[in-house]
Amino acid sequence: MESGSLALQYLLSGVTKGSIYAVVAIGFNLIYSATGVLNFAQGEFVMLGGMVAVTLAHFVPLSVAIVVAVAVVALLGCVLEVAFFRKLRRHSILHLIIITIGLSIVLQEAALHLWDEKVRSLPYFTGNEVSSVKFLGAAISPQVLWVLGTVAVTVILLHFFLKYTLRGRAMRACSSNPDAAMLAGINISNMRTLSFGLSAALGALAGCVISPITMTHYEMGAPLAIKGFAAAILGGLGNPMGAVAGGLMVGILEAFAVSKLPAAYNDVAAFAVLLLVLFVRPHGLFGRPGGEHVREH
Amino acid sequence: MKKIPLLLLAGSCLGALSSLSTGSAADAVPPIKIGAIFAVTGPASFLGAPESKTAKMLVDQINASGGALGRKLELIVKDSGGSPEKAVSFAKQLIEEDKVLAIIGPSTSGETLQIKNLCEENQMILVSCAAADAIVNPLAKYVFKTPQKDSQAATWIYRTMKEQGISKIAILTSNDGFGASGKKQLEELAKAAGIEILADEVYDKQATDLTDVLTKVKATPGVQAVVNWSIVPAQSIVAKNMKQLGMSIPLFQSHGFGNRKYVEQAGVAAEGILFPAGRLLVVEELPDNHPQKQVLAGYKKDYEAAYKEDVSTFGGHAYDAILIVTEAIKKAGTTDRAQVRDAIENLHGLVGTAGIYNFSATDHTGLDLNAFEMLTVKDGKFTIYRK
Repeated sequence: MESGSLALQYLLSGVTKGSIYAVVAIGFNLIYSATGVLNFAQGEFVMLGGMVAVTLAHFVPLSVAIVVAVAVVALLGCVLEVAFFRKLRRHSILHLIIITIGLSIVLQEAALHLWDEKVRSLPYFTGNEVSSVKFLGAAISPQVLWVLGTVAVTVILLHFFLKYTLRGRAMRACSSNPDAAMLAGINISNMRTLSFGLSAALGALAGCVISPITMTHYEMGAPLAIKGFAAAILGGLGNPMGAVAGGLMVGILEAFAVSKLPAAYNDVAAFAVLLLVLFVRPHGLFGRPGGEHVREH
Repeated sequence: MKKIPLLLLAGSCLGALSSLSTGSAADAVPPIKIGAIFAVTGPASFLGAPESKTAKMLVDQINASGGALGRKLELIVKDSGGSPEKAVSFAKQLIEEDKVLAIIGPSTSGETLQIKNLCEENQMILVSCAAADAIVNPLAKYVFKTPQKDSQAATWIYRTMKEQGISKIAILTSNDGFGASGKKQLEELAKAAGIEILADEVYDKQATDLTDVLTKVKATPGVQAVVNWSIVPAQSIVAKNMKQLGMSIPLFQSHGFGNRKYVEQAGVAAEGILFPAGRLLVVEELPDNHPQKQVLAGYKKDYEAAYKEDVSTFGGHAYDAILIVTEAIKKAGTTDRAQVRDAIENLHGLVGTAGIYNFSATDHTGLDLNAFEMLTVKDGKFTIYRK
């Protein structure tokens, strides 16, 4: 391969990984924006989305399976919020974060018992395992384009929802000043539940579109959550666009690190850059400085 | 969650009933206890789950046909989750509390190596279901193993490469115990086999996509074949990414590819993959007079009927372990542990799923290179590779 198309191939490989991290990072952001909680069970929503869809895909068409899986996991997200977080809201954020870690373990074990330890996957949405889109001497699986498309549509819809709908604006109001929002007649508790549901739905959708590439198994959640979290931090917490940029950057960094260093070091390279960025800009690349304001969009 | 106590209750009632019904004859003598440590859950569950299922099925079969020495076998399965620490505490428990005759498992090499000395010191027979050479080399008097060795798998891969005229290769391994062991064998054996390793990359076992690593391989001039040594999902991801990048050089996988499920996951990208494995996966192709045919066909039929899933070579390792212990008990004519151990070393021509075992005082694997066959994937099915 000539060097130009080689670099492009590394770039596309980075975009593949990065798009996966990005779609997880968006879910992190949403809950953080509305509640200030970092939900470490976000990876489990991704896993559950994939698992439910793979199971349903045996009985119904792929698109129906995905829609139902997203709905089921969204409902689960709402139920979890009502069951665990609504009553404990007065506790410190740290407590709530630890609860999310506990939840992620419980969900993982539950998935192991509901399904099993096996690796499964959805079929490729377009083409199959070997098809690829050729592009200036480099190649990319069509599924990556599906992931990128999903990320783009999600971010745009989310943006419009938060900026221009009453409910979205209410959600932002809760995040920037809960007391004032309550005085204005906004039901804060319901807004928090909504944010968990939405975030679970986004995670589940992510789990479906990435399933053909990464495959779905009960343990996939935790490593995805870590990379998604890194992406969200890099981009600046509370900013969905930042999450996408952060995700793509982490992915592309990893891919180019492989080109120069042994592949075993690719996490080192990605996280070293993340640390450097945080030294210079503690609030992330696109986040706003200052405690509470970080949560504002 | 409410269901569980009910189930437990129902289970214990059933248990009580069945012990009542069989209480007359066999319970006069206590059962022979065999311990098992398997990674039924966790990252190595692809090994432990079929192993546990197989061991239970085979023990039931042996008991149904009268057990050994007129006594029933009792299998005590512990789920280590693939963790060496848990394996150690379960091994202690089986040795000190349950006082089993022998332990089969653990599923992984890392766990086995952790309890190797413990079993040796307590003179506890251990028949491991893991593949690393280090389990039987250096030799421990009480430690045996059933799978073919990693070095034999690497030797087969290099032998096939020679036949194809391949001498320059890239090796990819995952950053876990299985990948590390494969990397070591591939590197050590390369020189003697006349193979030059041009690229040698280790990747994260949880990798979501490996296009970047493969791009590097593709950009390395002179590479004639790729060897990948990892388990799912990475081993399927490598196959898919290579095809997506348009790489047409052959892909060799380790014996860890031995489950038809993995072919399904890699889909059409699995076509043409070469890997060494026991004959269990190609039992239909064996001639009727092949010495392993009957055992393999029987195991495959029973397992697939009982559990409604494809048989894998890994479950076979547990089959062989139970078989070895049972045959040794029969041969020794006693449950004295030292004598059963001696009997294992004297098992010759024992037909198992992995091959034909010929143990000796110096060979605690008992299998030679003939236990492997080079397999390939054709039209979504495993078949014996012929040049």
